[in-house]
Amino acid sequence: MPKLTIDGREVEVAPGTTLIEAARRLAIHIPHYCYHRGLSIAGNCRMCLVEVEGVPKMMIACHTQAADGMVVHTDNDKCREYRAAILEFILVNHPLDCPVCDQAGECKLQNYYMEHGTAGSRVDEDKVKKRAKAKQIGPNIMLDSERCILCSRCVRFTDEITHTHELGITERADHSEITLAPGAWLDNRYAGCVVDLCPVGALTDRDFRFKCRVWYLTAVDSICTGCARGCNITIHVNRDRPHKAGGTRVMRYKPRENPAVNQWWMCDAGRYSYKQIDHERVDSAAVDGRPVAVEQALDASAAALKRAAAAVAVLCATTATNEELFLARALFAGALGGHAAYLAPPQGEQDDLLLLADQSPNTRGAQEILGTEVRDPVGWVKAHGVKAVVVVGEADLTGLKAEVDHLTVIATHPGKAAAQAHVLLPGSVHAEVEGTFTNHAGRVQRLRVAVPPIRGAVETWRLLLELAGRLGHPFDFAFEDDIFAALASQLAPFAGLSHDNLGRRGALLGSGAPQPTEVV
Amino acid sequence: MEAVARKPGTVTPAGGVKRGPLTFWERVYVVEAARGVWITTVHFFRNMGYHFLHLVGLAKGRQAAVTVQYPEERRYLPPRSRTRHRIVRRDDGSPRCVGCMMCETICPARCIYIVAEEDPDPNIEKRPKRFDIDLGMCVFCGFCVEACPEDAIRMDTQMVDLAAYSRRGMILTLDQLLAGEPAGPVESINALGERVHG
Repeated sequence: MPKLTIDGREVEVAPGTTLIEAARRLAIHIPHYCYHRGLSIAGNCRMCLVEVEGVPKMMIACHTQAADGMVVHTDNDKCREYRAAILEFILVNHPLDCPVCDQAGECKLQNYYMEHGTAGSRVDEDKVKKRAKAKQIGPNIMLDSERCILCSRCVRFTDEITHTHELGITERADHSEITLAPGAWLDNRYAGCVVDLCPVGALTDRDFRFKCRVWYLTAVDSICTGCARGCNITIHVNRDRPHKAGGTRVMRYKPRENPAVNQWWMCDAGRYSYKQIDHERVDSAAVDGRPVAVEQALDASAAALKRAAAAVAVLCATTATNEELFLARALFAGALGGHAAYLAPPQGEQDDLLLLADQSPNTRGAQEILGTEVRDPVGWVKAHGVKAVVVVGEADLTGLKAEVDHLTVIATHPGKAAAQAHVLLPGSVHAEVEGTFTNHAGRVQRLRVAVPPIRGAVETWRLLLELAGRLGHPFDFAFEDDIFAALASQLAPFAGLSHDNLGRRGALLGSGAPQPTEVV
Repeated sequence: MEAVARKPGTVTPAGGVKRGPLTFWERVYVVEAARGVWITTVHFFRNMGYHFLHLVGLAKGRQAAVTVQYPEERRYLPPRSRTRHRIVRRDDGSPRCVGCMMCETICPARCIYIVAEEDPDPNIEKRPKRFDIDLGMCVFCGFCVEACPEDAIRMDTQMVDLAAYSRRGMILTLDQLLAGEPAGPVESINALGERVHG
């Protein structure tokens, strides 16, 4: 195990560890553009040059392996001088596009320039114009070659992660630019990741283009609802300036690193699924299609459920959080003596990187909490002699209304379920509640409130709680974490888990307590 | 001056002025009152005299009263006064604004609302689709002018009489902002730089 000294601090690392990773162990950040932990090492940006004692030249920290007894300096005068020089060189042909560039505010060129740059450029020559300025290279991707610093992260991503090889670098010297392979179109399932990878504004997202400046956004940790993988994401919300993008609150999803789930990536289907949060929501309760206040709808629903006595059931879609599922179970299967089950999740496409066929985020949670999967709601209701049903979420309920006396649907979007309802209640989506999802591998992961329930809607767990109170079985839960605490105390696989100890990376069912976060 | 002015007051630490005690003649009152009537009378007859001379075409160079006959007459405003905003046009008439939202970001009153869109010219790339300034909220600090990297917003229209019958009416749209004209000859920012820095 080589032991080395970085900036006067000793650290012991595994053989083969690079200097940039060894420094990371000490929480020392070495500036870099081309290096990315998820990709192979290119070593072309030269931004990570550090001084190694006894070596006459500066070494790139991303590709120099730690050796026993090495003494490394990452922040002395020589390093700073080299960094400033490298930056000046990188900026020789970079346009002054910041006012129109969507990357401004999260741009590594801007950040490092403020930290390490020189005051002005000494280059008098005109900047070399590239061919592609604001050129579309895929359904969701814009390329601006002038802004590109040729770090090749995007090229390596399409070569090594998606193996689709759409991108390459052509021409020589200062005419070099990122080019699509002949006949190619950057439309693979993970194409959006090249935008996250691009350290500058060369690759930008067409969906996010000009919508909002990034410094207006608030980032909230959450989980993607696109499939059962449960990719870790941050939801970027525009809270203060509602005149942007027609009043939509959620502006984009960005993947969040979790080595146990999605590494650094997410698929485009998930990335653009944020749109459903603000699009065509159920914004009012209704009784027999007539809009009414939520309280009236709850009263109507409770009255109907009371008439059915124990012949009641709840059917939950697998988009509900663990907390909502547990509450549904505790009320209908527990307090009321009826039935609780979950609806079979819709299936879609699957690939060998992240995307799973199961298109809902919490099927595993539903398996653990409700146990029973229902593929044919009508047949199931007949078989169990159910008279009143509450459905949480979206499902195809064709024919169910005719089989039962009463059907309450807690819906977020107008759809097949909402259309059938006697009583319709406006519920919440994942971005509007605290809660947890359990992914396909049994990893319980936190959701956090990014936005309040959209105007007119109420948190789904709160609707269930209100319903319980009206049915004479009030629960003593003030917030979502109380519900999870009860869930953890009653269901063995969840034992030992709590909202507080799940952390940013979640914990496996049955693990008792989350593993300490390890540096990867 | 010494004879007319009373004892000068002393300035208190809080910035107020503390007058000294009144003299005997001030306390008598009648003398001070008579002095006030005298001052008023002098101005009245002086102004009457000049107005009369103006009527017969004399003494045009001397101003009679200090009242400005607004709105027919306007007081002099220094050229750099911060007045109603305008958006500068390019030579082809399109707005110089590229919708970077720097002014919207810096605005302490949050009275600027910008929505950007794609410009058909890839070398311009971005332009404002909507650019509203709510003058009902504007504090005329001029930060927007300072922040603009394109010299696209200026406050040199010298328009200060801004009023509307509704709050809604106080909101200027892009078209209204583009219709604004500079009050005087505009020195280009480059010429200004050359003059200042050589």
